[in-house]
Amino acid sequence: MNPTLHSILAFVEAWWVELLCAVLIVLVVPLIAGYIVLVERKVMADMQARLGPMRVGPHGLLQPIADALKLLIKEDLIPDNADQFIFWLAPVLSMTAALTSMGAIAFGPWFQVARDINIGLLFVVGVSALGPFGIVLGGWASNNHYSIIGALRSTAQLISYETTAGFALVSGFLLAGTLNVRAIVETQRADQAWYVFLTPVGFFTYLIASIAETNRAPFDLPEAESELVAGYMTEYSGFRWSLYFLAEYANMIVVASVGTTLFLGGWLRPFPNVHWLGWLDAVPAVLLAVVGAYCVLRAGKQPARVQSLFLWAVALACFVVALIFAFAAPFAHLPLQFMHDGLYGAFWFLLKVSAYIYLFMWLRFTLPRFRFDQLMRLGWHILIPLALINVVDVGIALALSSEFGWNRWLAMVVTTVATLGAAMLLLHWNDKYSAAASAALPAESSIAEDSHAG
Amino acid sequence: MADESKAPQSPESSQPEVTGSSPAQSAAGASPSSPAKTAAPAPLQVPLNNELSGRYRERFGAVILDAIEDRKQSILIVDAAQLLEIACYSRDEEKFDLLEDYTAVDWPRREKRFDLVAQLYSFTHNTRLRLKIPLGFDEQPDTIVPIWPAANWLEREIFDLFGIAFRGHPNLKRILLPDEWQGHPLRKDYDILQQDTAWVRENLGIESGQ
Amino acid sequence: MGPGKSRYRERPVGVKILADTVHENAALKTGTLFGADELVINMGPQHPSTHGVLRVKLKLDGERVVGSECVIGYLHRGVEKIAENRTYQQFAPYVDRMDYVAAVSNGLGYCEAVEKLLVVEAPPRARVIRTILTELQRIASHLLWLGTHALDIGALTPLFYCMREREEILKIFEKYCGARLTTHAFRIGGLQYEAYDNLEKDVERFCKDFEGRIQEYSDLLTGNSIWIGRTRNVGLLNSADCIALGASGPVLRASGVKWDLRKAMPYAAYDQYKFEIPVGTRGDTYDRYMVRIEEMRQSRLICLQAIENIPAGPIMARVGKVLKPPVGEVYHAIESPKGILGYYILSDGSTQPYRIRIRPPSFINLQALDKMIRGHLVTDVVAIIGTLDIVLGEVDR
Repeated sequence: MNPTLHSILAFVEAWWVELLCAVLIVLVVPLIAGYIVLVERKVMADMQARLGPMRVGPHGLLQPIADALKLLIKEDLIPDNADQFIFWLAPVLSMTAALTSMGAIAFGPWFQVARDINIGLLFVVGVSALGPFGIVLGGWASNNHYSIIGALRSTAQLISYETTAGFALVSGFLLAGTLNVRAIVETQRADQAWYVFLTPVGFFTYLIASIAETNRAPFDLPEAESELVAGYMTEYSGFRWSLYFLAEYANMIVVASVGTTLFLGGWLRPFPNVHWLGWLDAVPAVLLAVVGAYCVLRAGKQPARVQSLFLWAVALACFVVALIFAFAAPFAHLPLQFMHDGLYGAFWFLLKVSAYIYLFMWLRFTLPRFRFDQLMRLGWHILIPLALINVVDVGIALALSSEFGWNRWLAMVVTTVATLGAAMLLLHWNDKYSAAASAALPAESSIAEDSHAG
Repeated sequence: MADESKAPQSPESSQPEVTGSSPAQSAAGASPSSPAKTAAPAPLQVPLNNELSGRYRERFGAVILDAIEDRKQSILIVDAAQLLEIACYSRDEEKFDLLEDYTAVDWPRREKRFDLVAQLYSFTHNTRLRLKIPLGFDEQPDTIVPIWPAANWLEREIFDLFGIAFRGHPNLKRILLPDEWQGHPLRKDYDILQQDTAWVRENLGIESGQ
Repeated sequence: MGPGKSRYRERPVGVKILADTVHENAALKTGTLFGADELVINMGPQHPSTHGVLRVKLKLDGERVVGSECVIGYLHRGVEKIAENRTYQQFAPYVDRMDYVAAVSNGLGYCEAVEKLLVVEAPPRARVIRTILTELQRIASHLLWLGTHALDIGALTPLFYCMREREEILKIFEKYCGARLTTHAFRIGGLQYEAYDNLEKDVERFCKDFEGRIQEYSDLLTGNSIWIGRTRNVGLLNSADCIALGASGPVLRASGVKWDLRKAMPYAAYDQYKFEIPVGTRGDTYDRYMVRIEEMRQSRLICLQAIENIPAGPIMARVGKVLKPPVGEVYHAIESPKGILGYYILSDGSTQPYRIRIRPPSFINLQALDKMIRGHLVTDVVAIIGTLDIVLGEVDR
């Protein structure tokens, strides 16, 4: 046989799982990102007392398809004096960074492209840090000085909050003792605690930093519509713009996955080692069955026949998946027992990631936007010191428990209290500083004049 | 509607078709007066002889051309020569610290064509006062922006729509109309129809059908 | 898919545009992108946050605004000139279109001014119904302001909640006079339409729900540290400056002057009702926000007091069909949601007014923009324009 063909086939045979995962990521993630956009629009509508997309497909479910189609058939506009190659390259770079970083994330114990690489999460963080390249190059190549200002702002924000995120992750790595993704989850199982409980400050800092990382509200000033500058995406239209957009949502998935893996126990169910809570293993199947039952209930009340048919179909799908989960339960002699780890792990992982992303959306629709200087002050004056102090405290706690024999939980609690105390001090100093800064502005105090009896 | 002075309210005059009948002629109106059809109602325009007008007359003498009360609102007609002093006095001594409005009226058949009208309000006394300043055609009054900064855009608007230029205004250019507009629309000899036909003729090359 | 040339549509040959609204590209003007000491940036007239066609030229030093210039007039329709060619009743719908967000207030001011000119008084029943509708309009105007202001600062949700409440008020208007926005609700001499059967019930139901809703908006924004950070000490205007610049309405009250025209010179039926005047202390954006929220509460109280006792009687005074006011002039002002809305009407005895001058609160409040912006960042400009609550229809007339 042709030796080249032979080596290719051997490669595929050895690595077929990873290749399959990679192909799935590249094909499926843009679609998933599109549907996350739909979910966001529906959640936004729900919080705003309205319905959201309802027309395109039942309950708006074909909306992402319609949007993608529309964007694909748009005219491809490139400004005259734009740098052609870089204009083409920038969104590609953003998307590539986002998708590549997904390679090392384990969505459940089966699904991971780069298995068992020693530097798992570091790889993820490092590759996703290539994202800002795409932004700044896009802003530059647009030949529009509003774009470059917006791009520089966005990049400054991203870099500042990378530091915070990095330090927060370091505190998690200290606890885990490894960067390998699987090992991190396994140590959380061994320690019988999700690391969010051991270092809540670390999780909290990472949460805020990840919101800023993905340019989400309240940190979305570079993208705001009502801003003077329209941001780095101004000159992009059609498919190029959709690449940027999807890269942003893919980034959301990435940071949520990293946070879930390191702090929320990855694919472990709550209390993985507590035996009398083993009934929690039934949650996936039960949850899906409940969703199916709800769909059945609502199917009767739909005004249009196509809508009720659709709900019946969804209910059927839910029941089928619930059955699969049931058959994969960890009891012996069940037909799908071998799939238990993969299925259940994927379920819990995706549930946590969904909760994380829902939190993103919830914050977006509740909070107003930070001004850029306030954003940078929050990052550099409050969060980075806090993350640093947290790293030191976690280190002290570990040393206390291993060298001095303290109970691990006690050590963690004590150091968390210390970190929170430091946080209070930081906030207090920051308030004093910003009060002094605003006093330096040309502000005159007003005199209350009771000019007329009212 | 308690407005200005403490005189009792004039009775509800239900006059179906009251034509202009004003026993007291003021310099404000040059309109013809027709004979009243019904019994003469209480005069709406009377000379103003209260303390306020007394103080002004005492201070400025002949510069105060007239003092009227129209529908129980005080009006002082003053000469443009001492506009700044009167304004200063009004703000500082009489405590009219709010320039509520500043506008102009065009009386083309009068000798002094324009009437600048300043509406003042005092927070401390809760009273209003109207100053009317008759101006000739090309006369340029002093700007009262140093006294009431609110007059800045108000004077620009008067300049834009009437063509009255204010001496000493920091930024006297058109405000509501485009900079290259010709004419001053609120003058009585500015015909809207003429403006429309001119535009149509110039830009569309046809005659306007109006 | 090669590189495409952007094809801008050419203007047709021969059309001269009277108002030149070409967007100035400031970078080309100054010649250099970075390194210039002052950069002039143009905002508007098409901009999502200028609340209408307003153009603001900002002179920047880095990120700070060192000077600004407002260019207005994009919505100038010559209303005062039109008035000279219409009868008094014919002009009434025109005033709705000035401050189109609060049309009922405009109508109230105009009708009361002409009634003063005619020396007639609207009957008590008409005055009370006018008060109710005007206070509802004040709430509606403030709701729109709150929604758009919050949207500019980045809070996406209050807009929809405010619109939901505003819908209820507009439904009441529609039931009363047939129109939601440009209502022409009042007539000279009183009202044309009798209050519809369920007016009191509708207003009462709205007012009962509204307290909870104001609490909702308050919860979202008032204590929110991001909101406070964006609005505290932003756009300061102290009371002396307010009075000097002629600013009125919530802008004046937020700077510490406890003054409301409804209390100082009561009109309609306001002297019969008890309500407070909310005052701020610092004159910043946050204070203006608090003042307007509190004004909504007070308006609700006025409505509740008014519907308890609407006097019976005629709704229209005897003014006849042809209005020929006696020669003379009158100035009448009301407290519209934006500030002091004044009408100066001169009659020469004929059926058409000789001159109508409208004292536009938004126009005069907008003058204060330059003073309020200086020293702030570009990002704050949008918040400051929003806090002035201007309506370009009224600015330009």
